[in-house]
Amino acid sequence: MRSMAAIFAVGLLAASSSLPAAAAEPHISDWNRIEQAASGQTVYFNAWGGSENINAYLQWVSSEMQSRYRVTVVQVKLDDTASAVAKVIAEKASGKNEGGSVDLIWINGENFVSMKQKNLLLTPGWATALPNWRYVDSENQPTILTDFTEPTEGLESPWGGAKMVFFYDSARTDASSLPDNSAQLLDWAKKNPGRFSYPAPPDFIGSSFLKQVLAEVIDDPAKLSQPVNEASFERDVAPLFAYLDALHPVAWRSGKTFPQNYPDMKQKLADSELDIIFAFNPAEASAGIKAGELPETVRSFTFSRGTLGNTHFVAIPYNANAKEGALLTANFLISPEAQLRKQNPTYWGDPTVLAISKLPEADRAAFAALDLGAATLAPDKLGPVIAEPHTTWMNRIEVEWRRRYASGN
Amino acid sequence: MIAYLPKSAVVLTLCLLFLPITFGLLGTLLPAFGYLPALGHHGLSLQPFRDLASTPGLVTATVLSMATGLVATLISLAVTLVFIAGHAGTPMLSRMQHLLAPLLAVPHAAVAFGVAFLFAPSGFLIRLAAPFLGIDRPPDVLIPHDPLGFTMIAGLVIKETPFLLLVTLAALPQVELGAARRLAASFGYGRIAGFVYLLWPTLYRQIRFAVYAVIAYTSSVVDVALILGPNLPGTLAVQLVQWMNDPDLDARFLASAGAVLQLGVTLAALLLWFFLERLSAIMMRNARERGWRFERDRLLCRASVLAVGLVGGVVFAGLAILAIWSLAGLWRFPDILPQSFTLRSWMSASPSLGNAVVTTLITGFASTLLAIALTIGCLERELQTGRNVGEKSLLMLYLPLIVPQITFVFGLQLLFIGTGSGDRLAALVLVHLVFVLPYVFLSLADPWRALDRRYEIIATALGRSRISVLLSIRLPMLMRPILTAMAVGFSVSVAQYLPTVLIGEGRLATITTEAVALASGNNRRVIAVYALLQTMLPFLAFALASLIPAALHSDRQEMKV
Repeated sequence: MRSMAAIFAVGLLAASSSLPAAAAEPHISDWNRIEQAASGQTVYFNAWGGSENINAYLQWVSSEMQSRYRVTVVQVKLDDTASAVAKVIAEKASGKNEGGSVDLIWINGENFVSMKQKNLLLTPGWATALPNWRYVDSENQPTILTDFTEPTEGLESPWGGAKMVFFYDSARTDASSLPDNSAQLLDWAKKNPGRFSYPAPPDFIGSSFLKQVLAEVIDDPAKLSQPVNEASFERDVAPLFAYLDALHPVAWRSGKTFPQNYPDMKQKLADSELDIIFAFNPAEASAGIKAGELPETVRSFTFSRGTLGNTHFVAIPYNANAKEGALLTANFLISPEAQLRKQNPTYWGDPTVLAISKLPEADRAAFAALDLGAATLAPDKLGPVIAEPHTTWMNRIEVEWRRRYASGN
Repeated sequence: MIAYLPKSAVVLTLCLLFLPITFGLLGTLLPAFGYLPALGHHGLSLQPFRDLASTPGLVTATVLSMATGLVATLISLAVTLVFIAGHAGTPMLSRMQHLLAPLLAVPHAAVAFGVAFLFAPSGFLIRLAAPFLGIDRPPDVLIPHDPLGFTMIAGLVIKETPFLLLVTLAALPQVELGAARRLAASFGYGRIAGFVYLLWPTLYRQIRFAVYAVIAYTSSVVDVALILGPNLPGTLAVQLVQWMNDPDLDARFLASAGAVLQLGVTLAALLLWFFLERLSAIMMRNARERGWRFERDRLLCRASVLAVGLVGGVVFAGLAILAIWSLAGLWRFPDILPQSFTLRSWMSASPSLGNAVVTTLITGFASTLLAIALTIGCLERELQTGRNVGEKSLLMLYLPLIVPQITFVFGLQLLFIGTGSGDRLAALVLVHLVFVLPYVFLSLADPWRALDRRYEIIATALGRSRISVLLSIRLPMLMRPILTAMAVGFSVSVAQYLPTVLIGEGRLATITTEAVALASGNNRRVIAVYALLQTMLPFLAFALASLIPAALHSDRQEMKV
């Protein structure tokens, strides 16, 4: 019993005493050395495990990494990305500054900002030094260099694009009645009570819907690129909550409960419970049709004045055990081959982060030849991108949302 | 040397139960008071509790946790009581016993999904009724997730009633059923009233810790609450998990303070139950002293059969719906069956399945074997010293069941990383053991104590040593209960989620961790595949537990059941 207590005390002490110097970082410029060091390593890739498609894609990545570089990539299936962040914190708390259990995380937005601020990420600049960075579309996709207005500083490597797109079943809903902005969406909901809803924050897609509406109704959208101004916050978000106050009585289940997340909305579209749903992936409906989850009559639409768009990334924790293997994997994920497969709706359907114009001829042709499916809008039909607001908005809106709608009063 | 084994088993068992919980609670308490060096918080403060108090909807969430737990326990116990009181000693009851064990093998999440798939507005029952009612769109009705938690209570009752029934049935042989029945009947008391007046107090004393465990479980449950419970706000336990997963790392302090509150909620629920116990004892005494006979209880007896039948029916119907969903192609509302069937969901699950099944089996077997060895050691020690373990040690056994998991597992995770232990699998087995051990002990203790000691006395008189008596007489004769206890332990291990995720660091995937990760994607087909898998393994364990003794004892007529 005494020894157990001692061990516990040591654990806490180690956490409070000053940390030993970090192990030597791999030199990203010497790519040959990295490949050599990576050989035989096991990379624990912590990624949301809620989608069969994505899990299968990662299985493919794993087999490619094995045959090309002798790197074993193991997907640690998370139900929430934050639990990987929590693991890194727990390790830091107990003084485990090397040999950590997380090598690579699928991440963006709040989780990234959180890890960046707490210094839990591998040294800046590695991402932009990856050999395949030369293909990345850092010029035309501003969200590749700033993640929710937080500069990425090469702390995370882009993996895929995202754009908010709406879906409906053309067999049930008349295309001419579809809304073209948030205000029209509210009118549509009033005419079709109980047939629209959004996931309750802090679900990522639900929070995104709130940001979409806010971006459309706020008096000055420029405010959103800055941190929340506490003095004017109440006034800034008043139109958003007026919108929600009007929406909830005509929403699904009268706004007394909300869909759990995006896949839940997808099921509810198939169940005829919801008529308009949305996702952050333009090919989601095509993939759903292919998987037999959605009827073939589902189609997509966006708002002509723009919908929210962002990029998701992979990052390496400061105490990763297989840093070289993680670097190699991150580099493979932005290779034209991996990105091509990722954009193919048969496998995933996620928009690429690469600039097609920078690619070699053969890859350009392969991207052009992709069949995106009848339910997917062509890239030029997706409409303009509305940038993500500064992360402070997300936190404050979520808190405010819960205060108003989740207090049970 | 061998004589010391049982004694050390007792010490080891107590340590295994007590130490992890204590350290786990410490690891939760310190951050609750603002101490978590990794995040740069070295001082102690009450700020986390202040933040907790200002959380919107906290009161509602707390009341919900407590109320759903208490009401679900109350209903489950009432159904159990009336059913046993009405039917103890009848052949129906002994047949029931065989049906109950498989019900226990169905994990909570599978039951909850089954309930949701049956009763939701786009669920199976409405689809059955749709052609007659002319419904082509699911009605906009708030089930599940109703704000008062009725669906959640129903789900919990369906899961907990079989458990309480089984526990009560196990304790039943210890009361003088036949004599009491005859006495009560000869004075003109109804079946239920006679049972309650004469036998229930003794019986309840035997099962009360199981009831407490049910209260603790239902007041802190996460998975059932997520699937069926209200979510605006959710119950306290659900919010706790959300805070622990909050990207804002400082929410960890809030989560720890919330975990302390959760412990308080569970203790308060137990305290309230304690008062209810006193109150009902007084009411019962009053009714008895006034000679109220409640002769016309036939309707109530029948209602209890209906209730128990409904519980079993919903579980099996839910499993059937899960099976259909796991094979479904496109399945639109209001179709009763899918437009097409496909093995796709099973196929796509299979690549990642192998490892998960192996880890599940290894962890389950290892923790169950350790648990059974320790349990036998403790029970053998009891025989040696002639002392019963007594109420106090029983409480210790129930500690891991009564202290909400969520309040100490996170602290435990910090401890494990702190020890620098590289052997994750060993750590995982040990943590599973904390939860497996109590169930194994409680399942085996009664049959162990009930075995006629004269067999051993004769054997000892003939010059056999204690250890050889144990090996050649006691263990073979108790083969069936031992295997049943192991099956119970194994299914407890299979169902563990939180400890597996935290201690296994996500690298040791089991069927249950895979199931929860995939359930977050909310794909009904995938959920169905994993819920069925989660059910199948314990089911197999129970099947083996009844087949092995039958095969071993096939030449002995008397050992057959």
